[in-house]
Amino acid sequence: MSAVPGSVVAVTSPHVPSAVLAAAGDPAANPWLSWDYVQRNWSDISRALEQHTTLTVQAVLIACAIAVPLGMLAHLRPRLAAPIVGTSSVLYTIPSLALFTVLVPWTGIGRTPVLIGLVVYALLVLVRNVLVGLGGVDESVRDAARGLGYGRLRLLLTVELPNALPAIVAGIRLATVTTVALVTVGVVVGYGGLGNLMFRGFRNNKYHAEILTATLLCLALALVLDLFLWLVGRAVTPWARRGREA
Amino acid sequence: MDVLTEAYAWLNDPLNWTGRRGVLALTVEHLRLSGLAVLLAAAVALPLGIWLGHRRRGGVITVVAANTSRALPTFALLTIFAATGLFGATATVLAVAVFAVPPILSNTFTGLMEVDADVRDAARGVGMSGGRSLALVELPLALPLIGAGLRTASTQVLATVPLAALVGGTSLGSIIVQGMALQRYGQVVAGALLVAVLCLAVEGLLALAQRALTPAPMRARASRRRRGPAPDDADATTPAAAPDAAPARS
Repeated sequence: MSAVPGSVVAVTSPHVPSAVLAAAGDPAANPWLSWDYVQRNWSDISRALEQHTTLTVQAVLIACAIAVPLGMLAHLRPRLAAPIVGTSSVLYTIPSLALFTVLVPWTGIGRTPVLIGLVVYALLVLVRNVLVGLGGVDESVRDAARGLGYGRLRLLLTVELPNALPAIVAGIRLATVTTVALVTVGVVVGYGGLGNLMFRGFRNNKYHAEILTATLLCLALALVLDLFLWLVGRAVTPWARRGREA
Repeated sequence: MDVLTEAYAWLNDPLNWTGRRGVLALTVEHLRLSGLAVLLAAAVALPLGIWLGHRRRGGVITVVAANTSRALPTFALLTIFAATGLFGATATVLAVAVFAVPPILSNTFTGLMEVDADVRDAARGVGMSGGRSLALVELPLALPLIGAGLRTASTQVLATVPLAALVGGTSLGSIIVQGMALQRYGQVVAGALLVAVLCLAVEGLLALAQRALTPAPMRARASRRRRGPAPDDADATTPAAAPDAAPARS
């Protein structure tokens, strides 16, 4: 497959060819966990990890930049809500393998088709949560703001949006974790971050350590980003914590 | 738009539709693997969800299952299973079924948990045993949500099976993967269209089936649930609490 850097495999993978393994007759020669593998291939692994992380962060940021205004628009004009959520639901149903590859003829192989696909998938989660958050604002709070003479836009920006923050942050967390897992599929267009390692490990005589290391790093990355966003969520909504403690 | 012409030509070539690796055979295989995976997942998740929901505990298990399945890439599990020596179809069905368990489990659990406590009390009050109350009262009331869970799982499985083509599984995804390998982008676009159309068609059919099978009085409630957590739901902000929030993507 041209999309996969097959030549790199031969150069950088240090492990023994399968013929030698078979000759040695040692089943333990292909362990699932190998610190030795991590040490010898650290530059490779860190490059994949960096690719994975930057793709995730970039995709979620772009999706946020689109979803928050879109959600606010749908909130202001309820008639637009159904088409916006409906369209993103239909897009969400399309398998990632199809979406990533169908863009290739126009974008070429590499980062762009993966990024576009990731943004599309993150959109549905985010738009839905922005809408739920804005719709869930206490009616009496809205009334109070209106009574103070707030206009529609000011009400949205200074009252509804801060009140919707917990739901929006929850959406961002969900979208981030989903995106981390989804990046691996990018391997089909040669840009899958840790997915590239998994695929290479599979093609390279089923090199177990390479596959499992990449999988565990994926899980760890999802966990770290989720924790980070949880902390950010706590920091931007100090009133929620105070309310609970009181 | 040269690629679109190529894709159109590919789709119009009868040789691509028939034969052992033709579109028709691949579609059948795709549906067969998906069906097996959903059945396998349901065989595990339904009894477990019913048991946990009836006992009214174990919410933590369903939440942990849902969260883990979101963070674990499907592709990783597919690769791991394929690398352990399981052959194409078995590895695919197993890996995909693992990811179909959480949506069925959490929807079944929530469906049973949401049965009104007064209704359960009334069932016990007229002398029903726990099992009879479950079979005659709780399960029928939980059916719409259980159905929604099965539908979510089916759509997700259908979208995941193409990935298996990367590690040797056979499905409609094989058309895409082969096209990428040969740099025949017309074939890639055609394959992607076929996969997308299959997923959207099955999703639409399942939506219709769910509507037809839901008794009329329960329709309003079910459709309200599918749209997501109610705004006044205290848990609406915790990502995993909503059973019908977007499923794990693949």
